[in-house]
Amino acid sequence: QPDPLITELQDWASITGEGVDETPYGLPIEFESDVIRRNVPWLTADPISSINFTPIHALDGTITPQGCAFERHHSGAIELRKEDYRLMINGLVDTPLVFTYEDIERFPRENHVYFCECAANTGMEWAGAQLNGVQFTHGMIHNMEYTGVPLRLLLKEAGLDRAGDLSDKWVYVEGADASSNGRSIPMEKALDDVIVAFKANGEALRKEHGYPVRLVVPGWEGNMWVKWLRRIEVTDMAVESREETSKYTDVLEDGTARKWTWVMDAKSVITSPSPQSPIPHGPGPLVISGLAWSGHGKITRVDVSKDGGMNWETARLGKQGDSKALTRFYLDTEWDGEEMLLQARAMDETGYVQPTKDALREVRGENSVYHNNCIQTWFVNKDGEAENVEVS
Amino acid sequence: VATANALKAEIEDVRATAALQVASGGSLTQPAPRLVESLGLGREAHQEEIAAWDVDVLPDGRGLPPGKGDVYTGEEVFATYCAACHGDFAEGVDNWPVLAGGFDTLADKDPVKTVGSYWPYLSTVWDYVHRSMPFGGAQTLTDDEVYAIVAYILYSNDLVDDDFELSHENFMDVEMHNADGFVVEGRDTEEYPIWRDEPCMSDCKDSVDITMRASVLDVTPETEEEGEDDAALELPQETPSTTTVQEAPVIKTAAVATPDPELAAAGKKVFRKCQSCHAVGEGAKHKTGPVLNNVLGSQIASVDGFKYSNALTEAGAAGGTWDAETLAAFLENPKKYLKGTKMAFAGLKRKEDQEAVAAYLATFLGNPG
Repeated sequence: QPDPLITELQDWASITGEGVDETPYGLPIEFESDVIRRNVPWLTADPISSINFTPIHALDGTITPQGCAFERHHSGAIELRKEDYRLMINGLVDTPLVFTYEDIERFPRENHVYFCECAANTGMEWAGAQLNGVQFTHGMIHNMEYTGVPLRLLLKEAGLDRAGDLSDKWVYVEGADASSNGRSIPMEKALDDVIVAFKANGEALRKEHGYPVRLVVPGWEGNMWVKWLRRIEVTDMAVESREETSKYTDVLEDGTARKWTWVMDAKSVITSPSPQSPIPHGPGPLVISGLAWSGHGKITRVDVSKDGGMNWETARLGKQGDSKALTRFYLDTEWDGEEMLLQARAMDETGYVQPTKDALREVRGENSVYHNNCIQTWFVNKDGEAENVEVS
Repeated sequence: VATANALKAEIEDVRATAALQVASGGSLTQPAPRLVESLGLGREAHQEEIAAWDVDVLPDGRGLPPGKGDVYTGEEVFATYCAACHGDFAEGVDNWPVLAGGFDTLADKDPVKTVGSYWPYLSTVWDYVHRSMPFGGAQTLTDDEVYAIVAYILYSNDLVDDDFELSHENFMDVEMHNADGFVVEGRDTEEYPIWRDEPCMSDCKDSVDITMRASVLDVTPETEEEGEDDAALELPQETPSTTTVQEAPVIKTAAVATPDPELAAAGKKVFRKCQSCHAVGEGAKHKTGPVLNNVLGSQIASVDGFKYSNALTEAGAAGGTWDAETLAAFLENPKKYLKGTKMAFAGLKRKEDQEAVAAYLATFLGNPG
């Protein structure tokens, strides 16, 4: 039968559409209205101190639009004008300094794409398969191109002679919001690739991402990427703040806990097909797609299994992996219409291979909460619907 | 010609350098310069500015201001500012953090991580309470109040006796239960060496069985459509039953039904001080405090599904209603106006703020939320 969408004259082919300036700063077309951040209400007591998830099941490529990039606030997203913005550097520096927003923009700047992953991403899956959707199991991640000033330039402006031997020094970074989230970062990292950023994906940071200035700590857990950054203090020890003692520490099976577990290890997940993104067609050509990343550097390889880890095929990387940034992978395959147990397994440039859930549990037990980078399994039935499962 | 030739040579030179860089595997991109000299940007911070912002407290006690507070005082201050979320005995309300107990559960399934059972440093408690608490009113506590609250949290964890007084002088003498419970990192020695082997590609297991399904737990948030249906079901099927109070206040409701839009807009900003505990508007749900739709003109403590303090329940039973006057008096100093209320709020001292909030709340009359 001829398709009436082709044989009949459609409105859009005859009547004019919207003029320019209809939406001076655009939003996605209404047909994409389900591509939004979502939260899990039972996780936290109040949305003001909570987290939501990036709809990674519906995105492709690697860059996350700011408007749907996951949010994590401890006392809500504040409104802080550039004119009211101040950044202080104090502590063991030669001259304690105060910068305005304008000052920050006068330093040499760099552009880098980095992923930001909450240490608790996939944390609800430690004890077993819980949430049916890659948005909920793996959506505490985003990947943006940041524009900002290397932190080392600001530190050097204040002078580090007074700090003496830098190998045992720290910077304590703190936000301007009511939670004043503060974290200690070893000086070696601070002088390496940390950025004081004011733009993401070309535009100003969104309110929920720390407008006007946030910290970017490549490859390390998202909690350290302090938003609304207002103070950087050079210290001779870690502050051991609430966020680095009572939270973001990993309880092991014997009750002891690991602290200072900053790096996000290599991880990958298939975003489609997945529970929120079933196979919409029958047997035949199928694109299996997903994301991989490592806080240690570049992703070098991603393998995909269709039988729960028995046999593996090496996937195609969308483009060569960037260091500490999301890498897109594709497996262009033929689906026979039978059930599948889909898994992805990432490797990074250090040779690290993403572990299975059982391997992780063997070392850490089930109470760790943070840093769950296990291999995820989706069960796909004959209708192409997917479900979050665990396999032997 | 000489200038042109010089320019040509210069271009050649740049090209040659670029070609060399590309050939050696590099590219033309460069990181920002690693500056040696200062740019002279920014200005020196004043001592008052540093004192205002640099308030963190280090594990060895550096940064603690002089002061003191005892358990008895702490119990009162805690009841005022903290108990609404953390419970009278620091046991935690709803999903808010539990601050006491949980000793010897860290090796159990679902360990209870409290100040007593888990936190390794007392400085963290003082620092966090002082800088980030109470929720929605951060940095409003005095130093002595913070000492008192910390003393009470220690007492609620049985780490000190009821006659204990905490001060900057004895601060470092307090022993934390889990002080030795942490190790640094661990993945570099226990995980990376074994997870860097070349992975298996075929016939890696004998068999594969599904051992667990997420759908069994059924805790995934529903899609929008389903969510809306549920919300509709949750709506009250009838208006709150208190017919006795609904007659008189109707006039008052009418009187405040057309709030000054400017005042209401100002009230929306002031209301940020309330939003950590109260929601208002369509679909609003109870938080630590009740939903505030239709509050003006209603009987005190009459919202369905919220557990009020005895003080408010009694005020409502005695026929008390919320109008511009009673609301202003309550907001000015909640605990003074109504002794026994659970509302942990320091109060809106400015009359303009009280009126603005009333005007803002008046825009939520007739909302079924």
